[in-house]
Amino acid sequence: MSLLSWVDERFPASKLWKEHLAEYYAPKNFNFWYFFGSLALLVLVLQIVTGIFLTMNYKPDAQLAFASVEYIMRDVQWGWLIRYLHSTGASAFFIVVYLHMFRGLIYGSYKQPRELVWIFGMLIYVALMAEAFMGYLLPWGQMSYWGAQVIISLFGAIPVIGEELALWIRGDFVVADATLNRFFAFHVIAVPFVLVALVVMHIIALHEVGSNNPDGIEIKQQKDEKGIPLDGIPFHPYYSVKDIVGVGVFLFIFALVVFYMPELDGWFLEKDNFIPADPLKTPEHIVPLWYFTPFYAILRAVPDKLFGVLAMGGAIVVLFLLPWLDRSPVKSIRYRGPLFRWALTLFIISFLALGYLGTQPATGLYTIMARVFAIVYFAFFLFMPIYTKLDNDKPVPERVNFK
Amino acid sequence: MKQTIYTLFMAILLLASPLSYSASTGVHLDSVDIDLSDKESLQRGANLFMNNCLSCHAASYMRYNRMARDIGLSEEEVKENLIFGSDKIGDTMTIAMRPDDAKKWFGVTPPDLSVIARARGTDWLYTYLRTFYIDSTKPIGTNNLVFKDSAMPHIFWQQQGYMHQDENGQLVNKGQKSTVDAEKSNVGNQITESEYNTLVRDLVNFMAYISEPSKIQRLAMGHWVLLYILLFTVIAYFMKKAFWEDIH
Repeated sequence: MSLLSWVDERFPASKLWKEHLAEYYAPKNFNFWYFFGSLALLVLVLQIVTGIFLTMNYKPDAQLAFASVEYIMRDVQWGWLIRYLHSTGASAFFIVVYLHMFRGLIYGSYKQPRELVWIFGMLIYVALMAEAFMGYLLPWGQMSYWGAQVIISLFGAIPVIGEELALWIRGDFVVADATLNRFFAFHVIAVPFVLVALVVMHIIALHEVGSNNPDGIEIKQQKDEKGIPLDGIPFHPYYSVKDIVGVGVFLFIFALVVFYMPELDGWFLEKDNFIPADPLKTPEHIVPLWYFTPFYAILRAVPDKLFGVLAMGGAIVVLFLLPWLDRSPVKSIRYRGPLFRWALTLFIISFLALGYLGTQPATGLYTIMARVFAIVYFAFFLFMPIYTKLDNDKPVPERVNFK
Repeated sequence: MKQTIYTLFMAILLLASPLSYSASTGVHLDSVDIDLSDKESLQRGANLFMNNCLSCHAASYMRYNRMARDIGLSEEEVKENLIFGSDKIGDTMTIAMRPDDAKKWFGVTPPDLSVIARARGTDWLYTYLRTFYIDSTKPIGTNNLVFKDSAMPHIFWQQQGYMHQDENGQLVNKGQKSTVDAEKSNVGNQITESEYNTLVRDLVNFMAYISEPSKIQRLAMGHWVLLYILLFTVIAYFMKKAFWEDIH
């Protein structure tokens, strides 16, 4: 009796291997956009592993935190590499996740029957934002400190309970040692735990319904006599070997940043964060890291604080509703009509523009532009049930396009 | 589709465009050539730093022996020439002045300089150290173009001489003879402008080094890592091709 069959009688090792890899049939026409799911998984593992090593020398103490990061950068063997992998990994995570979400958007991967895949994905995105926000406090630099101060104070905008709530979150009247300690706990244990659980559910839900593809065709509708989709190929080995190529290209760009421009001119590591946190000295411009700036721009575009907070929250909540806002019978942009294409183009422009405006001071023309783009952002979702229904969609073929 | 990808990457690149102006005062910053492989420059910079900066400012994350190794000096040379207090070679570059005293005397605690080059940027430091000028309205008698009302005195006045601001806001070098030091300034060691620029460059180069000593290691191994990943990717690509041959 082999070891494997001994295990299989007690744990479904072969069954899991088959269901999720060797006999998970994925459409054969995946393109460039389909690398980012597995890359997100790679970055998650990278962040967890580098994070473990960082915690071995990091000190979650307002007096020691900043110095302990510099200690890691100088005195810990390979500490600089571990830290840059982690800091670059944070931005890389958002890059691959944004591209992954964009893929879902253009090929309609959120549509029936994949609504829960999308919902779990959105929950991952929200957890990721929480993870990044709390992790950014840990180096205890000026931007860490004041960024947290600004974002936590947003809770103060909530009527009646707001100020008490903000106080409860901080554990002090300003961001202080208590805040750093609890953010450390959340960043290192609580949120990663939730993240991993959500990733597992995201993949289980995906493997239940099967992957979408650039043609937005359900490959399960065309099966051979053995019940295998005609346009499907086993994930392993076909996509495992293909994804490794993607991993190589990704790691090349990633290493380029880690070794030659880890600060990316202030976009991955902000200059002001090399100044230790000083509760008495507010920096001139408090700018969140780039992955939050579209939402930060929406927040500042609204003149009223409470409505600004609601708009910012709303900008994320509407993404959850996408599967039900889209009324088109067609999934992929390849067979969508002009209305959706235009709407999507305007949405992408708005999102990028808001991202840029979020990094600039909120004055004059910039505020007006932020308002215009924020309206376009929301209009994309608000009018989606109308323009996707009216749209002049093209007929969808029965089989996928594969050269 | 290729165009979409291209546009996305261009957008990301655009975001990473450099800033060459001081964020606070909007003064144009002169760019400085930082070269961590220029060991002689780093050694001169270390000498300037230990003699001029490391009495009010500390560099409390930087160790003497690490510096010795990285800039090509022996530990003996550093002990003999660059450590002035009772510090040991394995110590970090701390100072005796207490932060509270410093605040009483200068009005502000001089910042630790370990990572100042990363916080301010090297161009800022290079310009800052070259744009002190006489301003009799200030208690210390000088002001600075890029850091308005800086509490730091012009440390290198003997080398650079004193500058004045003319009607157009330009700085003019009036030499060591000045309203402040008219009597005392008979020290004959003023150097030319280009010599002074070199001096400041050496110092800023050194401060860039101490702000991230592992950068030397990082740059040295980067291309090997990239080469490895490149080979890996090429092999992975051909493996993918071989596996996919039977998919039509």
